[in-house]
Amino acid sequence: MIRYPRRTLLRAGAAFAGAAALGFPAIVRAQAEKIRIGHLTPLTGFLGVIGSYAQLGVKLAAEEINAAGGILGKQIDLLSEDSINPATAATKAQRMLEQDGAVVLLGEISSASSLTIMQVAERNKKVFFSTGARSDALRGKNCNRYAFHCDIPNTVMVNAVGTALSQKGMVKGKKFFTLTADYIFGHDLLKAAKTFFSAHDANLIGDELIATDVTDFSPYLLKVRQAKPDVVCCNLAGNQVTNLVKQYAEFGFPYPLVGFNLNTGDAWAAGPGNLSGTWPTVWYHTLDNPTSKSFVAAFSKKYGKPPENHAWIDYVTLKLLAEAINSMKSTDSHELIVYFEKQAQFDIGKARKAYFRAWDHQLVQEAYPFTVKPKDQMKDQWDMLVLGDVVPAANDPLETIYPTKEQNPCEMKA
Amino acid sequence: MQFEFLLEQVVNGLVLGGYYLLIALGLSLIFSVGGIVNLAHGAFYALGAYLCVELASRLGFGASVVVSPLAVALLGIPFERFILRRFYTADPILSLLVTFGLAMVAEQAIRMIWGAAPITTEIPQSFRGSVIVGDFLFSRYRLLILGVVAAILLGIWWLLQKTSFGRVVRAGIQRPDMVAALGIRLQPYMTAIVMLGVGLAALGGAFFAPITTVHPAMGAEIMTIAFVVVVIGGLGSFWGVVIAALLVGVVRGIAIHFEPAAGEASIYILMFLVLLIRPRGLLGERIEKFE
Repeated sequence: MIRYPRRTLLRAGAAFAGAAALGFPAIVRAQAEKIRIGHLTPLTGFLGVIGSYAQLGVKLAAEEINAAGGILGKQIDLLSEDSINPATAATKAQRMLEQDGAVVLLGEISSASSLTIMQVAERNKKVFFSTGARSDALRGKNCNRYAFHCDIPNTVMVNAVGTALSQKGMVKGKKFFTLTADYIFGHDLLKAAKTFFSAHDANLIGDELIATDVTDFSPYLLKVRQAKPDVVCCNLAGNQVTNLVKQYAEFGFPYPLVGFNLNTGDAWAAGPGNLSGTWPTVWYHTLDNPTSKSFVAAFSKKYGKPPENHAWIDYVTLKLLAEAINSMKSTDSHELIVYFEKQAQFDIGKARKAYFRAWDHQLVQEAYPFTVKPKDQMKDQWDMLVLGDVVPAANDPLETIYPTKEQNPCEMKA
Repeated sequence: MQFEFLLEQVVNGLVLGGYYLLIALGLSLIFSVGGIVNLAHGAFYALGAYLCVELASRLGFGASVVVSPLAVALLGIPFERFILRRFYTADPILSLLVTFGLAMVAEQAIRMIWGAAPITTEIPQSFRGSVIVGDFLFSRYRLLILGVVAAILLGIWWLLQKTSFGRVVRAGIQRPDMVAALGIRLQPYMTAIVMLGVGLAALGGAFFAPITTVHPAMGAEIMTIAFVVVVIGGLGSFWGVVIAALLVGVVRGIAIHFEPAAGEASIYILMFLVLLIRPRGLLGERIEKFE
């Protein structure tokens, strides 16, 4: 072993430290031929399953963009990591922006994690596209200029399902029992549900807040039976929905189970014999639309299964971001904000084009209620859902299902 | 009325506790004989569930719930021979690290074989729905689980108390050196106990596959509750684990009945209280390896 003199070692160490401190901009410059984009989504925990679809979607988008020549003639260097929980999400977001030189961030499903990333993005004055978080509060009282919201908010999901239920006579004068996820998303969804119930003469006779790590729902199901509701309503998230749906089928209650939140990944996981009722969705792979179809074909070819709605939303978000950067010829966050606030229209694989609403940065788009196909009519394990009529109906303006300025207390600080 | 609903929660809690017992008992058995805290136990649980779903589509659910734990029990042979055996006399921290690493490898392997998306199977039609007796409601399927758990419990008790196999195992737990001096090789017994332990975990996984999400991280999910049960009962105590499992199920049910927000916290509070009064758990004995 070669023994270096102590002094040499110290000097080398100091040089390293100095280089690390001063050399930072140089590192960014050295990588200028690539544009680095940070992607965070939960791959572990109760949202992990749908998060892994989101990661597949964003990777496909980056590959397609790169194959077509990249953005501004440069290749995308996508960093995609497990956000794990709100604290880790914030730490990783900060590292991506401050050390890895990411120019923008996108991703996330958990509303709690999305909120912490939004705060990091605002501090660093970089845009963050929150792709899969649905809490109204994120685009409401917690909104900020740097955050854009791509998935439909809770209010829209409640309105989509509520309208479909109303048409079946399942709302007016009925007794509802809700099971709600005990974190920002669930609280928010319950609030939207309560608003809907009181506007449509329905009674909420019981509500249970359920911690996100609960996997056995039997004690809660006994309470449901005790209350004898007309309709049971699931306001849970991720694989909790799957667990509830399976155990609900196990107990075989006569009260119909519906829900104000569902991701198709969780519907598939529940299995065809277990899921019933009416639920909302933001996108489904059977939508008859050229953009959707080519995405479904590319995704299925690459991964051997159809994409889930979080795969789609992360895919289209990176695509529309690339479109924006190319139009503005810049990756500067302020220029991107200006571009999106002009309410530029994007093809996101639905009948009508979508746009970010200037005052709350919500991606305004169509949504759908769905019901479940009888098992013998399914072509394969993914062919499970029957989409209902698009909301809002084709002749109503898109914004009619979104919270109005009065309902959505968003005030953006400059 | 209130009382009846409460009683219903208690009974349901007992059923749930019976299910926790399947997983915790194996963990406890492996600890008693080898002094190893098997952090990979959850992986065998997950494997049981995955195999059950996989086989159910070919053999039907009934056969699959029998075959998959047996298949996993066979995996217990190499697990004991090539991994655990090296660590019986070593520093416990080493076996903790090894089994923890193994749990992560197993989770990743499941992800590679079956993918990250959950796979699914159904309860057979005949076990769906609930039985209502008087004013009490029981899930038909959970009654089946309860019956099987009771039978298994009786079987294991008989095996340990009434057979020569059990006598050697019990003697081996107390005085391995003495058993060796009598010319009995303990190793086949160790292998058998590990097979039994991981097989029980797999049976738990197989039973829960139709009513829970079968996904790669399910093993890590169940380990928390299994540990709480084993710690409350006392590491290595058979009846301690039985009582603790039932207690955890019942306490959770009652807590959710009165104060739903405390439902999940209740079992940790229970653990805290038990450890405060009895640091080695309800029926735990002196653990020489750690003292």
